[in-house]
Amino acid sequence: MARDMSDKEILKMELDQLKVEVNTPRIAVSTTAPEIIAFVEGLSAEDPLVKGVPEDKNPFKEKGGCIIT
Amino acid sequence: MCDQTFLAITFGPCDNCSQNKPLMNIYLKNEPINYCSLCVELMACQGLAKGETTNTLKAESESLKAKLEEERAKLHDVELHQVAEKIEALGQFVMKTRRTLKGHGNKVLCMDWCRDKRRIVSSSQDGKVIVWDAYTTNKEHAVTMPCTWVMACAYAPSGCAVACGGLDNKCSVYPLSLDKNENLAAKKKSVAMHTNYLSSCSFTNSDMQILTSSGDGTCALWDVESGQLLQSFHGHSADVLSLHLAPSETGNTFVSGGCDKKANVWDMRSGQNVQSFETHESDINSVKYYPSGDAFATGSDDATCRLYDLRADREVAIYSRDSIIFGASSVDFSLSGRLLFAGYNDYSINVWDVLKGTRVAILFGHENRVSTVRVSPDGTAFCSGSWDNTLRIWA
Repeated sequence: MARDMSDKEILKMELDQLKVEVNTPRIAVSTTAPEIIAFVEGLSAEDPLVKGVPEDKNPFKEKGGCIIT
Repeated sequence: MCDQTFLAITFGPCDNCSQNKPLMNIYLKNEPINYCSLCVELMACQGLAKGETTNTLKAESESLKAKLEEERAKLHDVELHQVAEKIEALGQFVMKTRRTLKGHGNKVLCMDWCRDKRRIVSSSQDGKVIVWDAYTTNKEHAVTMPCTWVMACAYAPSGCAVACGGLDNKCSVYPLSLDKNENLAAKKKSVAMHTNYLSSCSFTNSDMQILTSSGDGTCALWDVESGQLLQSFHGHSADVLSLHLAPSETGNTFVSGGCDKKANVWDMRSGQNVQSFETHESDINSVKYYPSGDAFATGSDDATCRLYDLRADREVAIYSRDSIIFGASSVDFSLSGRLLFAGYNDYSINVWDVLKGTRVAILFGHENRVSTVRVSPDGTAFCSGSWDNTLRIWA
């Protein structure tokens, strides 16, 4: 695999890859950034780690002391 | 050179030109060939087109890289954090260790959550793989692997099996049974075979296929039932340390990061490397897809984490501070993608605001390097594993 290939072969592989990549279609950051932000804003209201979870609903928070009945 | 060919002298007909000459016994790709010295010279020039040498290949590579950067820079008209300025900042974070899972005898190297949001599988340097119930901290199953440094473990989507591997160069799947007395090691199935250590593994959407990455520089897709290699992915020039599958809605791709400082995005069906990013200054230890599937984050030994946008084909954010000098070993996003949790080799976990690029909190608690960080499937908590032999659940 990569360790068994000679330097020449690795360079050839990288070169072929670069040739493919120069031609990939790209979109401007000014378009994609607002989309990422919109995605996050839409979901972060529901994100338990962002908005916090009330003590009684969270299975990981410690419950109160022992209750002896 | 020394490890690829060695020479001894005999006399006889050459395999290539059939003349009787002193022969050089050469081994090419493990096969013995007898060529006379003239044919050896000619053969050494094969594989090179007219005038091609390593230097010309390098020069061409450099010029293509420059051209690629130019193309990418044209679309870099605004920074993510600039667009994010109008968003509200996040409030104060109160996150504490809620559970500490003790039981491993040595460094915890990897962990994964089960889809039931409650079970965790973790693996350690001493060869033990343990399945825990995170709510009660009970150990449900324990398996001892025949090798040490179990660097990869994964839970199957059905919750009925775990896969793990490490220095044994293999990925093995253990079906979990409800019977506590059953010897899990007896039912082990060896699925993947690499020529170097297994660094990371992950089930695809079903229990039937596993994707693995290895120190031999390749990633591979395997069928669990037959152990057959379905697809292999070549493109990294050094060890591949981490991989992550795209969230299912966005199709059949995965991202991998390695010691060659590159993060590559692959198409699982064709085996093609679709996009490649090389802006880190050192090994990439961890890669994770953004929840939308349009971006991914990486954590690296150069002490930074970076966010790459797949549609803009470039890096859009760097998460770093001058005070952080230790490498990030593992990263994960919160459910919405607003927070990035990163575990570092300085024993802390930093929480970053993905959009604004600022650090929101630092979590202390581990007494040695944090080796792995994963958010639970429903986003209510995250778990960190460390070289101090424990796992901590934070919420």
